[in-house]
Amino acid sequence: MDSIFKSKPKISTGQEPVAAEAVFSPVNLKVNGNSYSVQLAPWTSLLDALREYLNLTGTKKGCDHGQCGACTVLVNGKRINSCLTLAVRHQKDEITTIEGLANGDELHPLQQAFIDHDAFQCGYCTPGQICSAAGLINEGKAKTQADLKDLMSGNICRCGAYTNILNAIEEVYKVEP
Amino acid sequence: MTPFTYTTPESIDEAVDKKASDTRAKFIAGGTNILDLMKVNVERPDQLIDIKDLPENTITENEEGGLRLGALVTNADTAYNNLVEQRYPLLSMAILAGASAQLRNMATDGGNLMQRTRCYYFYDVATPCNKREPGSGCSAIHGFNRIHAILGASDKCIATHPSDMCVALAALDATVNVTGKAGQRSIPFGEFHRLPGETPHVDNTLQPDEIITSIDLPAKGFPTHYYYLKLRDRKSYAFALVSVAAALEVEGDIIKEARIALGGVAHKPWRNTEAEALLQGKQAVRENFKQAADIIVAGAAGYKYNSFKIELAKRAIVRALEEAFAHSIA
Repeated sequence: MDSIFKSKPKISTGQEPVAAEAVFSPVNLKVNGNSYSVQLAPWTSLLDALREYLNLTGTKKGCDHGQCGACTVLVNGKRINSCLTLAVRHQKDEITTIEGLANGDELHPLQQAFIDHDAFQCGYCTPGQICSAAGLINEGKAKTQADLKDLMSGNICRCGAYTNILNAIEEVYKVEP
Repeated sequence: MTPFTYTTPESIDEAVDKKASDTRAKFIAGGTNILDLMKVNVERPDQLIDIKDLPENTITENEEGGLRLGALVTNADTAYNNLVEQRYPLLSMAILAGASAQLRNMATDGGNLMQRTRCYYFYDVATPCNKREPGSGCSAIHGFNRIHAILGASDKCIATHPSDMCVALAALDATVNVTGKAGQRSIPFGEFHRLPGETPHVDNTLQPDEIITSIDLPAKGFPTHYYYLKLRDRKSYAFALVSVAAALEVEGDIIKEARIALGGVAHKPWRNTEAEALLQGKQAVRENFKQAADIIVAGAAGYKYNSFKIELAKRAIVRALEEAFAHSIA
């Protein structure tokens, strides 16, 4: 962990490098009920903060542009793309990642349903799918199977396990056919 | 991403001051578009002014008997707001046709108006683009232009405005309320976004020191006969090739008033009041809808890969009006 904290921020193009000490500032995050304080640059996405600084690597980086949904987490119970927001913007929020859904050794009903319905192949999109489904349940807007498909369309599964994913969600959240 | 400083003003006035004193600063609200553009170096602000926690985040009844949408209300909270659902269901339908649930939970109403085009050449800094780099040329005119404009384009830019929400706001005659150093002003929705002309890098009529504070919806919301038709390459989570927001006020089968706005076809949501006027007093039947559609696409011009949009738009207008007439929530 220490070596990660000491690493310099990645600066992609263009301007002169910025001294690390000038840009790092303490950022307080509450994730899965635990409080963390880390030194972050303002441009660190919430996704990178979770993965690279808090070692919560359950949340996946797919496209990094809000198109695939692999990075979906819950912020105050609402699902968002953690790649399209900055960690520094979430210091007052309760963040829940895939690591925070289970109750101790007891899986979240969605986690169990994904296992029971074989709702994945490679598994890379699964944390995002499950967090997104948890957000969908909190929203309570899906009434039909068509709604379910539409409201899960922000999560892409390149293996094409959609049928089983929808069956797993329906196991937990009943909708009209 | 290019390094930037991050600031958090405590009031609209402070946000305006910060923006006015730094020409390279940008506001960040939901952030879903600006951060995406910053990752590909299309946007390179030296300061992000975070306005997310400012108080413009409620939906209230306005003095004209309509609704005022705070600029910082999320798209999801707007679409699912009870008053919006009951009185402006066209707006809810349009919002829910766009983006994904995750994005709608972050993206704000003010930000929706401010989003940039999804023209692939605008996004690709390796190619010329007059919108991104004025004077560099347009790669789309002779490039792959399947998603591009058929109405109101210029020889400098054929990009489209990508919003669904804005198409409904145009049809509903919304007003955009803004604050700047010179004070507050209100911009009719049709005058907010602009056509590319010679200056396609300017998306709208907002001044550099101005910030959107709210959007007003007039009392008339067409809650009984409305439809938002969105046609795209897949059924969900894609930008429109053509979209139509249609709203009708009818007495029996006679049209008292019609509103038609198109998305995916121009640099701004496209309205044609001549076509709307033509429908007034007419029967709500296909023949009349076709006449209105002909007027709307009369000046349309296609390019190598998007000419299909002209016929598609005509048929989409007719279908959206038929759906609006049939889609009666009494």
